[in-house]
Amino acid sequence: MIPYIPHTEEDKKGVLREIGVKSAEELFKNIPQNLLLKTPLGLPSSLSEMELLKEMRKLSQKNANLNEYVSFLGAGSYDHFIPTVVDHLSERSEFYTSYTPYQPEASQGILQVFYEYQSLICQLFQMDIANASLYEGATALAEAVILAHNFNHRQKVLLSKTIHPEYRDALKTYIEKTLGLSIEEINYENGITNLNKLEERISEDVSCVVIQNPNFFGYLENLREMEKIVHKFGSLYIVSVDPISLGLLIPPGEYNADIATAEGQGLGNHLNFGGPYLGIFTCKKKFLRKMPGRIVGETTDRKGQRGFTLTLQTREQHIRREKATSNICTNEALNAIRATIYLSTLGKEGLKEVAELCLQKSHYLEKKISQIPGFEPIFTAPFFKEFAVRCPLSPYKINKLLLKNKIIGGFTLEKFYPELKNSLLFCVTEKRTHEEIDKLISLLGGK
Amino acid sequence: MREPLIFEISKKGRKGYSLPECDVDKKNLKEMIPEEYLRQESPDLPQVTEPDLVRHFTRLSQKNLGIDTNFYPLGSCTMKYNPKVNEEIAHLSGFRKIHPYQPEESVQGTLKILYEIEKFLCQISGMDKVSLSPAAGAHGELTSMMMIKAYYKERKEERNVVLVPDSSHGTNSASSNFCGFQVIQIKSNKEGEIDLNDLAAKINKKVAALMITIPNTLGLFERNILKIVKVIHNEGSFLYLDGANLNALLGIVKPSDLGVDIMHFNLHKTFSTPHGGGGPGSGPIGAREKLAPYLPIPLIGKGKESYYFNYDRPKSIGKVRSFYGNIEVIIKAYCYLRSLGEEGLKEVSYNAILNANYLMKKLKKYFSLPYKGPCMHEFVLSGEDKEAKGIRTLDIAKRLLDYGFHPPTIYFPLIVKEALMIEPTETESKETLDAFILAMSQIKKEIKENPSLVKSAPCNLSISRLNEVKAARELKLRWKKNGD
Repeated sequence: MIPYIPHTEEDKKGVLREIGVKSAEELFKNIPQNLLLKTPLGLPSSLSEMELLKEMRKLSQKNANLNEYVSFLGAGSYDHFIPTVVDHLSERSEFYTSYTPYQPEASQGILQVFYEYQSLICQLFQMDIANASLYEGATALAEAVILAHNFNHRQKVLLSKTIHPEYRDALKTYIEKTLGLSIEEINYENGITNLNKLEERISEDVSCVVIQNPNFFGYLENLREMEKIVHKFGSLYIVSVDPISLGLLIPPGEYNADIATAEGQGLGNHLNFGGPYLGIFTCKKKFLRKMPGRIVGETTDRKGQRGFTLTLQTREQHIRREKATSNICTNEALNAIRATIYLSTLGKEGLKEVAELCLQKSHYLEKKISQIPGFEPIFTAPFFKEFAVRCPLSPYKINKLLLKNKIIGGFTLEKFYPELKNSLLFCVTEKRTHEEIDKLISLLGGK
Repeated sequence: MREPLIFEISKKGRKGYSLPECDVDKKNLKEMIPEEYLRQESPDLPQVTEPDLVRHFTRLSQKNLGIDTNFYPLGSCTMKYNPKVNEEIAHLSGFRKIHPYQPEESVQGTLKILYEIEKFLCQISGMDKVSLSPAAGAHGELTSMMMIKAYYKERKEERNVVLVPDSSHGTNSASSNFCGFQVIQIKSNKEGEIDLNDLAAKINKKVAALMITIPNTLGLFERNILKIVKVIHNEGSFLYLDGANLNALLGIVKPSDLGVDIMHFNLHKTFSTPHGGGGPGSGPIGAREKLAPYLPIPLIGKGKESYYFNYDRPKSIGKVRSFYGNIEVIIKAYCYLRSLGEEGLKEVSYNAILNANYLMKKLKKYFSLPYKGPCMHEFVLSGEDKEAKGIRTLDIAKRLLDYGFHPPTIYFPLIVKEALMIEPTETESKETLDAFILAMSQIKKEIKENPSLVKSAPCNLSISRLNEVKAARELKLRWKKNGD
């Protein structure tokens, strides 16, 4: 018997009797009989809980996990420290076994968390409004471009080549191939977007300009200069940021971004081999009614008590159907809960400390690596927690050697940038220690 | 009891974290970053101690109904029990603490799981290939419609119409519209199934696909499915299956036998992964031979000795997200499939159908059942009662909260007035179903004898009925200091 199905044979008989049929097969009478399966599906047979645990532990041990390996890999997914309370609280099953809060009186707890999430994100980004989450960083950015097009109906999108290559690929799928807009990429110089090239391409046809900060290479874009160019012809300024960096760096609201999105994984979410992550979406108030996704608002109950509910649902697919602002239904609520707990734990000072530790430690590694003969930083622009290094030999060989020594090396840039041969993108978060960094240096041949 | 906002319990100088001192040679901040790039004021995040924080979020967790606390018969959402062992396994460091760009040789355990679940989903559905990329059901739908668009574009066939039944989920229309398709609705007939005459009138060479839900959102199996698919395929159009209701079909009917060309799965419905308060889900898609080449990249390949990501798919529509999918969710669904196995899987649908028919039989004594069964895994009642003026389905839903039940889905599907869409799932016992039946019968009595009580529900919760109109009018969407 399956432990999740409560009916005893007696129960089943009783239920069938009450329904007024002899066998369950009678309930299938509306299914064309030739469609009823007569052969097995071919799935393996069932496992007991003990057997399952044993087999899955074995499989998990075939992965090199970052409790046992030291990682210098980032590139859009970050090994930040997750305070214990984040796992403990988000794993309360009253949170994770609930559904989207369609009945607000039954879900005040989760609705309040989403309201706190929206508030925290607005504080962090200095933007007017935030929704209650989207899938992850790339789709959040795609939704931003869609909003821009729905707002100004312009046909061209300018994309910096310093945006995460997988985000650019996803944008091509949604924006170019599906929506039919044209995308032009702006090249980079010294690791950041080439502003002269941007200025040449900007025109009244441009719906939006999309950038990332810190960008995929880890370097900081010249955001205020860029803003002047982007807004020259009324295009929308869209930026995808690293939320951890906002503990230290200028927030999107202050450089007049119209829409700011982010991959929120770093805010208390595990690496999980790439998902589920957290799509953060914020914008100026004027775009509110064009915003995708769930939004929670404050209201009162009949006795005048404060309460929370989903609001502006007339933007959404279940009400507006084909006229909805987006097709999103299920989002990443539990990841947003984790981000809320994370940001509340670190608070005003903690996030800044995390950001400073990343900054100091990555600069320490960069300095040490530059001293090893043959290794040299490719760019000189200011960076936050990642930087690109040209290596004297194949980066794949280097990473192989590191892996043998229980270190996950940097990201091999030529995978996405053929012009950046023999290059590695190193990431240093607050979790890396002096000792671990020095071990990496010595394996690379330095001291 | 009112729980203050986290900002309202914040006090300057408190902290809930401890970080190590910087253990490398420190540089001056301004040597590293130009002043104009720095944030002038720290973000105004709350300052609370760990015990305060734990109490705050624990209390908030307690102000929710979930599957672990209550019966949650939310139609279309398949709120079944979420096995704990799956949580335990998905949280193992070997699964949780691995980076998506680690060398493939260092993640063979997870790759094997992904490879196998692709295969399992093919076996269950009869599809030829499965992609695990989409993050949710609606994302799977959107991805599928983009694939269909790419298919016709390559053949230079202009097909710009998608047909959906008038009982379909809103996401069907929204996803199609995004892809530039004109959405045309097919009427339902008196039995609640697709009207074949209306379908015949609307099908032509402009139609790219029919999006269908089986069983449909009334919980009914489309008896004419084979005729429908013939009409669709004769015009060279595709049949898309919205997999939201797959919990009725496991081991009973294979979607490929229905003629389905492409479909999505909701791992967070059918395969027991928790809904997380609205996500994360996972919405893999499966496609038959014709559409399989267009699936998003990457898929999982198996070499002689190892598993790998296969990006070598020239016709693919490309990436639909970063990385590969909601892996943690997928691992839980994999555990579920391994626990149940071939034998268990069929028990799931069998019992889900049994429970739905039992509830339907008992509840139609109290509320009207506009479309007759037998139903599959869910059914739809109408809360409309001509004698009880002023009582709406919304009131019934709120009153159910007083009885300790999460209400069914309400006001959907749109073709039923005052709809109450009820999906008990297979993990509920007869005792629970009987308690729910009793509550519904009591409410029916109250509607007659004490309608104002029903109108004023919920009465027994810490909060009374919330003013949703006010929320939309005043639009307080975030906390601000001193209310500014």
